[in-house]
Order: sequence, then C-alpha cells, then structure tokens
Amino acid sequence: MPTNQPIIRFQDVVKKFGPTTVLDGLNFDVARGERVTLIGPSGSGKTTILRLLMTLEELTDGYIYVDGEPLTHEERNGRRVARRPKDVSKIRRRIGMVFQQFNLFPNMRVIENVIEAPVHVLGKSKDEAREEGYRLLDQVGLKHRAEHHPLQLSGGQQQRVAIARALAMSPEILLLDEVTSALDPELVGDVLAVLREVAENTDISMLIVTHEMQFARDVSHSVMMFDGGKVVESGHPDKIFTNPDHERTKTFLQAIL
Amino acid sequence: MSWDWEFAIDVLPQLLEAFLRVTLVVTVVGSITAAVLGLIWAIGLRSLPPVPAKALAWVLDFIRMTPLPVQLLFLYYAVPTLSALQVGIIIIGIHYSTYMAESYRAGIDSIPKGQWEATRALSLPASRTWRAVILPQALRATIPSLGNWAIAMFKDTPFLIFIAAPEMVSVARNIGGNTFRYVEPFTIAGLIFLAASYPTAILMRKLENRLAY
Amino acid sequence: MRDFIDAFVSAAPQLWEGTVTTLILSLGGAALAVVIACVLGLAAISRFVVVRTIVRIIVEFFRGTSLVVQMFFLFFVFPMWGIEWDPYTTGIVALGLNYGAYGSEVVRGSLNAVPKGQWETTTALSMSWPLKIRRVIWPQAWALMLPGFNNLLIMLIKGSALAGFIFLQDLTFVTEQLRRTLDTFTAFGLGLVIYFVISLACSYLLRWMELRAQRRLGLKETKTPRTDKALAGGGTA
Repeated sequence: MPTNQPIIRFQDVVKKFGPTTVLDGLNFDVARGERVTLIGPSGSGKTTILRLLMTLEELTDGYIYVDGEPLTHEERNGRRVARRPKDVSKIRRRIGMVFQQFNLFPNMRVIENVIEAPVHVLGKSKDEAREEGYRLLDQVGLKHRAEHHPLQLSGGQQQRVAIARALAMSPEILLLDEVTSALDPELVGDVLAVLREVAENTDISMLIVTHEMQFARDVSHSVMMFDGGKVVESGHPDKIFTNPDHERTKTFLQAIL
Repeated sequence: MSWDWEFAIDVLPQLLEAFLRVTLVVTVVGSITAAVLGLIWAIGLRSLPPVPAKALAWVLDFIRMTPLPVQLLFLYYAVPTLSALQVGIIIIGIHYSTYMAESYRAGIDSIPKGQWEATRALSLPASRTWRAVILPQALRATIPSLGNWAIAMFKDTPFLIFIAAPEMVSVARNIGGNTFRYVEPFTIAGLIFLAASYPTAILMRKLENRLAY
Repeated sequence: MRDFIDAFVSAAPQLWEGTVTTLILSLGGAALAVVIACVLGLAAISRFVVVRTIVRIIVEFFRGTSLVVQMFFLFFVFPMWGIEWDPYTTGIVALGLNYGAYGSEVVRGSLNAVPKGQWETTTALSMSWPLKIRRVIWPQAWALMLPGFNNLLIMLIKGSALAGFIFLQDLTFVTEQLRRTLDTFTAFGLGLVIYFVISLACSYLLRWMELRAQRRLGLKETKTPRTDKALAGGGTA
C-alpha cells in the first residue's frame, strides 16, 4: 500500500493568467499528515497553488497528484489528457478548503451550512450528519450558534463555522487560504486557536497560506518560500524563520516581521 | 404555405415606407419627448415639497402601470382634433418618460452626498447646482439606460395599430388581410425590427462599458 | 362621483369579464414566462459554448422582433402552417415567449451576481452542478431576480392589451366598447383604474416576495431563533 507515497505531488506545474506566468514548472511533495505553510510576497502564486488543488483554476501545464492519483490531467501514451469530470470529483472529495472570505451560505442556518455537503454529497443520513455537525460546532466553540443565521455572526465566528463545515467532509487534505486576513485583529486569536487544535488532534495534511508567522511556526512541519513562481527554499520552520539560506527569504521575512 | 420571394419584394417598399414615415418618426420624436419630460419629472421628484412630490410619483406610477393601447385610445377619442401620429408621439413620449424618469433618478441618486453638500457650502443657487454640478455627472451614467428605453419604445410602436396609425406592423397586417399572405409581411416587419434594434442595443452596451468609468 | 359609481355598476358585468380575460392572459403568460426564463437563464450560463450560443440567438430573436409581430405571427401565420391554437393559447404563448426571453436575462444576470466565493465553496464541498444550483446558488439569485421580474410582470400585463387583435374581449377591448354606452372619460377612467389596481397588486406581491427572500438571506433583520433566547438567558450573550 502506498504508505510513503506523497499525499500531494506537484510535477512541472505551470499556471499562466493570460500573458503572466504565475507558476513556472513547479515541483514539490507533501507527505501524508504533513502541514506545510507557503510564504512569499503577494502575487508569488501561493493562493494559486491552493486553488489549483481545489480545481478552482485550471492547470496550464504539468500534473498534480493526490495520493498518487492524477487530479485533473494524466499522462497517457506520452500525452497529457484531461481526466473525466467524474474522476476529478472523486479525488476532489478528499480535499477541503477554507477561504479568506468564509463564504458561508447565507440562505442556510449555521448547522445547515455544516451538514449540507455531508448529507447531499456524501449521502449521510440527516441525523448522523447533524450529530457530527453539532460535535464539530462544539469543537469550534459555536454549538450555541447552530440555529443562527450566518450574517448574525461575527467574522471570526463565521470563519470558525467555515472550518467546521470543511471538517464535516472528513477531508484528508485541508487547504487554508489566508483564513485570518479578512478578520479584525481581535478576532484572529480564536480562529487560530481552533486551527491549532485541529492540527494537534488530527492527522489531516494541510497546505496553509498565512501572514501569521507565529502560527505558521507553531503548527507546520515545514515552510516553503515562494517567489517568481518557484520554490526558493523549504525546510523546518525553525530553520526558515531563524536562519534561511537565501537572501530573498531573509528580506521577505524582515519586511513582514 | 411557403415563402414567395416575388411577393416579399413586392411588399417591401410599402413596409419600409411605413417604417420610415411613422415608426421611425414616432420613435425619434417620442424619445426626445420622453427624455425631456423624464428629466423634468426626475428633478420634480427630487426638489418638490413632499406632498406634491408624492402626488407626482403616483401619477407617474399610474401612467407606467397602465397599458399603452388604453392610453392611446383615450387620447385619440378624447381629443379628436389630433391625428393618429400626433397621439402616438404624445402618448408614447409620456409613457416612456415615466421609465426614463427612473433612469434619471438612479443617475441623480448615484451622485455622492458630498457633491450636494459642497454646492450648499458654496451657496450655489438651485439652478446652478443642477446645471453645473449634478446633471453633468448624473447624465453620464444615465445615457445608456435612456438608450435602452428608446429601443423598448421602438419595439412598442406597433401598438399604434390600436388607433389605426399606418405604422409598419399595421401595414403588414393590412397587406395580409387583403392578400391572405401573412408570412412575408410579418417576417419582413420582424426582421426590420431586429435589424434596427439589435445593433442599437449592442451600441448601448458598448457605451455603457465606456461610460462606466 | 355618483355618476361614476352608477356607470361602474352598469358596466360591471362587462368589465368583470374583460378583467378575467386580462388576468387569464397575464397570469398564464407570466407562468410560462417564468419557466422559459429559468430554463434559458440556466442554459445561458452553461459550460458549453454551443448551448450558450443557441440561447443567445433565441433570446435576441424574441427581444428584437417586437411582441406585436410575434403575436400576429402566431395568430395569422401559424394556422397556415397547420398549427392552430385557440386565442387564449396563442396569447399566452406569445406573452410567455417574449417576456420569457427578457426574463432569462434577469435570471442569467442574477445567477452571475451571486458572489464568486459562493460558487467556489460549492466546488470545494464537491457539490454537483444540480445540487449547487438548487441548494446554494438559486436561493440567493432568487432575491436578486425579483425586482427584474416585477418590472417585466407589469410590462406583460400591459402587453396583454393586444388580446383584442386576436379576437379576445379583454379589458382594453371592453373599455373601448364601453365608450359607446358611457362617455369617453368614464369608460377609460374605469379601464385605466382597473389596470392600475391589477398592476399595483402584482407589484406589491412581488415586492413582498423580494423582502421575504432577502430576509431569508439575513439581509433584513431576522427573527431571533428560539434557541438564542434560551441561551441568552443562560448567560452566553
């Protein structure tokens, strides 16, 4: 069984938006259970990496593998061909994402947001999903808000619901896209606390894009520094944050810390 | 019943004549009337005291929410001295002025409060405020919307059939009634409408994008 | 005022029948228009260029050729091709097609106006296309559609005045008839007021639906859920 197979593999990934090349032949692996933080100047393609994995953007060239299986494109007889939507969605189910803007569904109450996909995508029974939903809401400290309307919640609370919603799908991979960037500073702490707990108590692999360097340092197994569509360097957070090899990483960290 | 090219070419001049002499005239004069009246209504709604402004709003709603044909017939019978063409222009102009007033109002509402406050701070008189500050900014945003209403008006000109004005569709219907061939006249009439309105609509969309910033 | 009431009473049966005809055409046309608008509007955001192009052509055709021409075409030309409908069907189909085409633009615009983040989240939750539309996108787009539908419904009601030309005795027809027995001002006064009341009622109904839809999205203040009161008492608030 593919136990030491990387859960995520980017192979020669190219992403262009019109004439701009955002990712330029990118290669990296993420091991199962590994939590990786992506850092780098804005526009360096960190978010694009998450969006490619979530199939929100289309690959220009190259391959992405999830647990050894090609995500959107595969190599067949030496040619790069798109996979059938059905196959793509099967793999996509193993990935969850939390967005900068929370994106809770305003037409549903909090608990309904959480159980929507488990019931209608995974086919769980309503009762089972509800029980699990309440447990997750409890975990993010919002059980008492279950019957509320999303817009009645603060930004931080909405984001915690969004985390519960993503976890309700039992993803093997969780993508966190600047999840605290849209929050007022005083609300950031609660959200990070929830994520720390998730990191400690589960073995979900995570790709994290964040500006919260202390958080990144605490929860991630490794940090990847991006610039110009390539990985500048990667390594253990202690190493990257205290003693990076590359000048570019140094200047970047100096500018934001 | 199949298409008869000879007959089609035969009736084309009559239809085109009706189009140019009635349909187009009503559209152009009607649009200008509607644009002028609409502006007056919009300014009135904004600057009249509350009670008359409310009354004006109800009158405009009444005109906007009742059918053109009934309004056309009403004026046609009420003032027998007016020709069908005159009735058509007046009623269509008034009817669509109520829609255009809404467009103007949206344009005026889009002007930041600070602009009004600035004119107040400069003690500009009301007329100067409207002419030099508010309208030039509001109109820019309003023009494509007015254009779209003019296109809608154009497609409503066949309602003039109710008062027997010789516009294109009623001419087409008469030809059909006399010859029992309806396919060609109605098809041609429809295509002329399409040929005139579609490019104009695209032009308005372009204008909208250009004026958007 | 007395004269007006007397006139109203004497003309009431005719006016009632005309009003019923107008209502049948308007409501039937509106029902068909909503169906067409939804189908075309959803097809207009299809992934397939062919589908989008076909929808574009249909919509531009019906928007561009004038309701009057379309109704006459259905009424005078279709029978020659062996397609003969009764006048009610003809009227309802003509109104439904024309305003359905306009309505599809409202639907398309509203679907596109649902924030991109909502669409993306449905992808992140692996929701299928029908599921995401039905459960997430449509309920939000619906609130955005209603003002546009409101406008179109008023236009459709007014458009039904064409009925007289396909031999239906609708409110406009009756109004013109009444002019012969009553005077012009009374007859048209009655006709216009009835149309206004119908339009106004429809307009208020749709406005109410809009507010309800917004409230469901939490855009207007919502009733506090019961659990909240219980918990607020418990000191969580």
